[in-house]
Amino acid sequence: MTGFSVAWGIFMLILLLGSGKGLQNGMENNFSGTSKNALWIWSRRTQVAYDGLKAGRRIQFTDQDVEELKRKFGDDFDNISGRFFIRGEARITYKNEFGSFRTEGIMPEFNKIQIVNQEEGRYINQLDIDQHRKVTILSNPIKKALFKDETDVIGKYIKVNDVPFKVVGIFTDPEDKERKRIYLPLTTAQKVFNGVNKLGEVAIATSAITVAENKRIEEEVRTLLAQRHRVSPDDKQALGIWNTLEHFKQAQGVFTGIRIFVWIIGIMTIIAGIVGVSNIMIILVKERTKEIGIRKAIGATPFSVIRLVLSESVFITAFAGFFGLVAGMGLLSVVSMVLQQAGGGVERAFWNPSADLYVALWALLILVVAGLVAGYIPARKASSIRPIEALHDE
Amino acid sequence: MSKSVIKVNGLHKSYRTGANSLHVLKGIDVDIKEGEMVSIMGSSGSGKSTLLNILGILDNYDQGEYLLNDILIRQMNERKAAQFRNQYIGFIFQSFNLISFKNAMENVALPLYYQGVSRKKRNMMAMEYLDRLGLKDWSEHLPSELSGGQKQRVAIARSLISKPKIILADEPTGALDTQTSYEVMDILQSVNDSGITVIIVTHENDIAERTQRIIRLKDGLIEPNHINSMAPATAVVN
Ligand SMILES: Nc1ncnc2c1ncn2[C@@H]1O[C@H](COP(=O)(O)OP(=O)(O)OP(=O)(O)O)[C@@H](O)[C@H]1O
Ligand SMILES: [Mg+2]
Repeated sequence: MTGFSVAWGIFMLILLLGSGKGLQNGMENNFSGTSKNALWIWSRRTQVAYDGLKAGRRIQFTDQDVEELKRKFGDDFDNISGRFFIRGEARITYKNEFGSFRTEGIMPEFNKIQIVNQEEGRYINQLDIDQHRKVTILSNPIKKALFKDETDVIGKYIKVNDVPFKVVGIFTDPEDKERKRIYLPLTTAQKVFNGVNKLGEVAIATSAITVAENKRIEEEVRTLLAQRHRVSPDDKQALGIWNTLEHFKQAQGVFTGIRIFVWIIGIMTIIAGIVGVSNIMIILVKERTKEIGIRKAIGATPFSVIRLVLSESVFITAFAGFFGLVAGMGLLSVVSMVLQQAGGGVERAFWNPSADLYVALWALLILVVAGLVAGYIPARKASSIRPIEALHDE
Repeated sequence: MSKSVIKVNGLHKSYRTGANSLHVLKGIDVDIKEGEMVSIMGSSGSGKSTLLNILGILDNYDQGEYLLNDILIRQMNERKAAQFRNQYIGFIFQSFNLISFKNAMENVALPLYYQGVSRKKRNMMAMEYLDRLGLKDWSEHLPSELSGGQKQRVAIARSLISKPKIILADEPTGALDTQTSYEVMDILQSVNDSGITVIIVTHENDIAERTQRIIRLKDGLIEPNHINSMAPATAVVN
């Protein structure tokens, strides 16, 4: 019964730690495609009148904004890339296959901000930008949609809104393997699709390590852009900035909280188990008073009696706890396997809920300590048994 | 004259229960030589077990001195007392005091466990002693499967296995019928013949008469006149 409580405590601890880990893995999968200290900047219409200009004015970023940001805050940025989106979705064709997909022009640096897994060929490079090359890279789902079973797609041509582009790379998005994306060199996209020097968004990977630092950079960037476009610095609608680090840390904080909570619950349950085992041991020692008295009369030292009781207590808790451990780990690996087969979007919410070796070792240590703690009082009781009293004939 | 294994001078012992104090031993002098076989007699409550417990270092005394093998036993810590008991003394009790979930061989081997003897060696020795007491075929049996006499023989084997200087027996035949009692006494006799000092507490005159000397306790003191002249005769008979 109380052994069961120890087993249950460990079971819960493993399970909860495992699912905590699962949630965290899910979250980290969510962030895995993005540089964790990225700033994503976009523009909309102004919401408030400012600097003598009416509300409702559309803000348009250009290459000059990027140049100016680079000039002013170059030291704070690791990478910066303008993004140019083809209005709506681009119509992509290859032979008789076609589809409409979100298509954008980006700089080579974009790969450091929105990270992709390069599967074939290469990413957009500086030469593509400088020479306005008509090349493109596709995410794997688009390759499948257009090329079906064809392999060797590198070097083949597809049409983007009727303009031929040469495929130079295939990638997948680690955030979402099913995401359909087409990237073109920024300069080529601007030139071919009438963008001139316009940019839809700007993406930055800062060199910040702390949230505060990233927040400072965010504010400085906002101030500069607001000035350049004569927008109220408080107009968050006109200038939107998503601070990844801030959100990442928030999410992480939540998970740390959950983890602490889980540890507390698990340890409380184990403590309840310890008290239970301790009580059992006290009863056991009482029942064995006579035996212990005999042992002492024939030469058992107090230390050897303590060892006898403690080893039994550790054995009980370790045995019970081991059951909990195995049950917990077993359930987790089953869940993990089911998830792996489920596919779809689950990996972004809950993924690989494993309690690792480290946790198992911790649990084992807890068990041994629990056994020792549980056995301490009964052991002291046992060692203080006096043989004459124990051997008294009733 | 051979040397004393047990020498007790002016021993006092009181039991304190709450506010009351019961003075049980009021100045005992005992001198027991190496190789003697002695019985302690006296009415119930006269302090026989109390004295035996003190001799066995299971209990402390208040006043006087107790020398075991010329070593002063006084206010000894538990660890030391346990080692002395293990090394010098073998106990035999009226109610056998075997460990119920261990078989005969394991019970006999137990004192050697506390000497740090390996399991293989101590089980081998336990078998040897059981064989000597005619219990070879019973080694795998639990105490509950043995008769009273067999149990007491297991207990005797256990008390002998650590090769003690003294055997202390508190009413070893108290729970046995006459026939079995005599068998146990025969065994104790031969133990004594091997040179081990044997001290027996008993109520029964015929048991006491088979020892060389009777110590009579009365009102916390030892009565004089305690040489048992019949002992040599019985020894011859056996
Ligand atoms: N642990 C104890 N606490 C208090 N009093 C005790 C204790 N042990 C024994 N006594 C008392 O001391 C006295 C002597 O007891 P002891 O056991 O030595 O007698 P005994 O001679 O062995 O008697 P019996 O022949 O009945 O075994 C008794 O009056 C007993 O009540
Ligand atoms: Mg008695």
